[in-house]
Amino acid sequence: MASTGELGRGTMGAADAHPLWGKLSWDVFPFYDPILLGTFVAVVVLGLVVFAAVTRYKLWGYLWHEWFTSVDHKKIGIMYMVLAVVMLLRGFADALLMRGHQALASAGYVGYLPAYHYDQVFTAHGVIMIFFVAMPFITGFMNYIMPLQIGARDVAFPFLNNLSFWLTVSGAILIMFSLFVGEFAATGWLAYPPLSGLNFSPGVGMDYYLWSLNIAGIGTTLSGINLIVTIVKMRAPGMTYMKMPVFTWTTLCTNVLIVATFPVLTATLALLTADRYIGTNFFTNDLGGNAMMYVNLIWIWGHPEVYILTLPIFGIFSEVVPTFSGKRLFGYTSMVYATCVIMILSYIVWLHHFFTMGAGADVNSFFGITTMIISIPTGAKLFNWLFTMYKGRIRFEVPMLWVIGFMLTFVIGGMTGVLLAVPPADYVLHNSLFLVAHFHNVIIGGVVFGIFAGINFWWPKAFGFKLDPFWGKVSFWNWLIGFYLAFMPLYVLGLMGVTRRLSQFEDTVYSAYFFMAAIGSLLVAFGIAAFIIQIVVSIRNKEALRDTTGDPWNARTLEWSTTSPPPYYNFALTPKVYQLDAWAHMKASGYVPPKAGFRKIHMPRYTASGVVIAALATMMGFALVWHIWWLSVSTFVGAIAYAIAHTFNYDQDYYVPVQEVADIEQGRAQVGAAS
Amino acid sequence: MRTLRILFLALLLPILGGCEMVVLRPAGDVAVQQGQLIVYATVLMLIVIVPVMALTVFFAMHYRESNQNASYAPDWDHSISLEIVVWSVPLAIIICLAGLTWVATHRLEPYNDLRRISEVQEIDRNVTPMQIQVVALDWKWLFIYPEYGVASINEVAGIVDRPIEFTLTSETVMNSFYIPALAGQIYAMAGMQTELNAVINEPGDYEGFSANYSGNGFSQMRFRFHGLSQTDFDAWISKVGADTRQLDRLAYIDLAIPTVGHEVEHYGAVESDLWDRIVNRCVDRGTLCADDMMMVDALGGGGLAGLTDRWRFADLCTVDDPRALYYLLRPELAPANTTIAASPASPVTPASSALFDDEAGD
Repeated sequence: MASTGELGRGTMGAADAHPLWGKLSWDVFPFYDPILLGTFVAVVVLGLVVFAAVTRYKLWGYLWHEWFTSVDHKKIGIMYMVLAVVMLLRGFADALLMRGHQALASAGYVGYLPAYHYDQVFTAHGVIMIFFVAMPFITGFMNYIMPLQIGARDVAFPFLNNLSFWLTVSGAILIMFSLFVGEFAATGWLAYPPLSGLNFSPGVGMDYYLWSLNIAGIGTTLSGINLIVTIVKMRAPGMTYMKMPVFTWTTLCTNVLIVATFPVLTATLALLTADRYIGTNFFTNDLGGNAMMYVNLIWIWGHPEVYILTLPIFGIFSEVVPTFSGKRLFGYTSMVYATCVIMILSYIVWLHHFFTMGAGADVNSFFGITTMIISIPTGAKLFNWLFTMYKGRIRFEVPMLWVIGFMLTFVIGGMTGVLLAVPPADYVLHNSLFLVAHFHNVIIGGVVFGIFAGINFWWPKAFGFKLDPFWGKVSFWNWLIGFYLAFMPLYVLGLMGVTRRLSQFEDTVYSAYFFMAAIGSLLVAFGIAAFIIQIVVSIRNKEALRDTTGDPWNARTLEWSTTSPPPYYNFALTPKVYQLDAWAHMKASGYVPPKAGFRKIHMPRYTASGVVIAALATMMGFALVWHIWWLSVSTFVGAIAYAIAHTFNYDQDYYVPVQEVADIEQGRAQVGAAS
Repeated sequence: MRTLRILFLALLLPILGGCEMVVLRPAGDVAVQQGQLIVYATVLMLIVIVPVMALTVFFAMHYRESNQNASYAPDWDHSISLEIVVWSVPLAIIICLAGLTWVATHRLEPYNDLRRISEVQEIDRNVTPMQIQVVALDWKWLFIYPEYGVASINEVAGIVDRPIEFTLTSETVMNSFYIPALAGQIYAMAGMQTELNAVINEPGDYEGFSANYSGNGFSQMRFRFHGLSQTDFDAWISKVGADTRQLDRLAYIDLAIPTVGHEVEHYGAVESDLWDRIVNRCVDRGTLCADDMMMVDALGGGGLAGLTDRWRFADLCTVDDPRALYYLLRPELAPANTTIAASPASPVTPASSALFDDEAGD
């Protein structure tokens, strides 16, 4: 098998294309690799079981009509979260494979992954964790929470929201396909050319990478536009910008970042795609191509991307800390300005990812110093959360535990980050395991902890019952201790001069550290398992954990003013906002849910267009990967034609009759009375 | 919280245990300064990090719900003086760090000549740095010593306390040239030339490798760097020079075939313009060098021939006739008695194809 041979450079599918089948043949299935084959069989069996179960309980209709075709921002938000959890399992399986392999390889064994397979694993791990775990998680939060926080009934473009979600799924499906049909890129998650060019990666792995990210990236851009318009145009009366909850602010800034940077990603990947498909030379070694241009462009997207992930997480903390401290957020105004400053500064730091390219001392110092300046507003945010806790009454519910874990962990990651921003220090730490430890420190200690804080915090809003606190705490401690065990040794290894992405080691002096890191990753695995157990246990005990008030945490923002779960129209009557922390103000002034005076509500209709267009896009991506030209062209034309046809569907909305609103709200009043 | 503290201590132990942290205890002066910078910057940041962590733990404990003795101010959300502290403390730290960064980045810029040999030894301006040309190949390192006309694969040596000037490029993909004991890394990129100035202060045998993932054989893309005394170095270089093979363009094309875990090899002689041809990507016969291509483009592209028959402009400039290409493209500017070089009438067969047929097949 050429692709597993010593010198193979990813040659899978490098053959000439057949007019009907493109480059597909029986050889592209991984029959040669026992690990992949085993996974393949397991996934197929699991898939069949799920399929059979859904069919047996006749759930297809329910899923299709209530979920897949839904334009309800809440359901789309939940589907984003489900996608993220599923992809987390895949991405984390890759992490376990790598940790186990490096622990063995550093102890003098060969390990179980040949270099070429190992290279695909770390590439897939990075791509999946950023694009298909972290991004769907935060998009899910923004989708679910933000419209509720601003008192809106849905997002500005409900159908577009559905389409964005399914395009993201489309990208995820393509990546999952690459596991079993062909191969994935073996280039590292940002796929620097010339390594990712046709000369050095002739196989289909890079093509999977390009089409998967191109399709998902379009979904993300559309979603960014949608959420910005929602915030700008659909805030409840009285909610001026400086009365918006901090999470909504961070959502706004994040989506500005998305809209400004994802087109850069799309354009950059399009140029690389052109290099690979039509023989241009933007990033090749010869004929005037310049790979350094790619590195600059990809990081002009890549660094703001870090803040795209982090800002909404800061928003989550800004909601959780005041709620569980029983206090107003300290320094709201400076929090807002800090967010905006971070948003702007994140555009002028990208070069710190490649100081070692040799841009010269002036350029390097400039980008090093701008990077450090970002730590000022970030530090201010940390202090603000700290002073929110000051003179509070802190309840150590699960979300608050995650926040404390975050605050202690994130400062370490922030510190090593500023250290890496000092160019001469970066010369010795760049691309080392110190760097790997640093960005996992901020991504896990910041983003992941924030995601779990958010899930535990808003779960009762979404489902009407709290999550089981015992298993939540088990999950938290496993994650926290597992994180430290897994990544502190990597900091040390980096200082010992060990670089990243190695699959073989010359000597065994590092083995104790790699072993410790492997143990840590196992603990994190228990943390993930405990999280899933937490959900299962909570569903089984949901009557005991039931939230009948709509406001189980005594929280402060508008999403808690409606029922848990909210009715599909969110608010029977649009709330009026007089102050920051609108719901806290409403509670303080003795708010009672209205029982009469309802009006008919204008709502969007569900539509299958998003699913259909995304399905066509998936097929198009697959066909392009395998050079099945007839299918690529027909699915592309089909998707465009369907999108145009969709615009002629004028039956896109309806009115909820007053009686139905009254009935639903009446039910709510009874629930309220029973509690 | 207590378990957390014990965990922290347990994690600190190996760090304090004096393991082989080459980045903090290197043998070359540049890396020494970079290592010291890491320590200074860390200490500076701990001034704000430690209080934040301590306050987090203290506030979390003290203002817990069960401690009803702690004061409670649910509506307190603003304090000008605290806001000033919150913004100015990080600002002050960052101003110090930015100053440090500006100075250190300029002092340790890898392209600049060294300013000192070590903490205790001034630089002697009369001693020229030793030139070493470095080529990253799939997946091995080629080192050319232009002063000695020799080359070596996966092994390189420097003289203790004599500055070294590495110039780097790559034949294929991007790699990063890194000897942790000597100095920080710098990228090696095809068609580009980067530079790294360094000095080794202690004799020894050090590890070097690529610090930027470059494909299948990346893990084995390692070499040894020897810090040698003048006499040991002379012995080493004559050992390298004793090899009878010459690294000419054909041998280089052969060498460029991807290998994993390539053995140390020596070449007693090196074709004189090989380095320039590697950087300009024209080792193969008949390929237009990048610098010539840029000249052709700058002078209007050479008309239709420039579009379709670029090989016409290849290999015109020689040491004897450096302006041949220029005069071919701008005959009106040539001095009266110049003979304009005729470009070859038919394309030259690339050397590699002939070579691969009879040698690389086995």
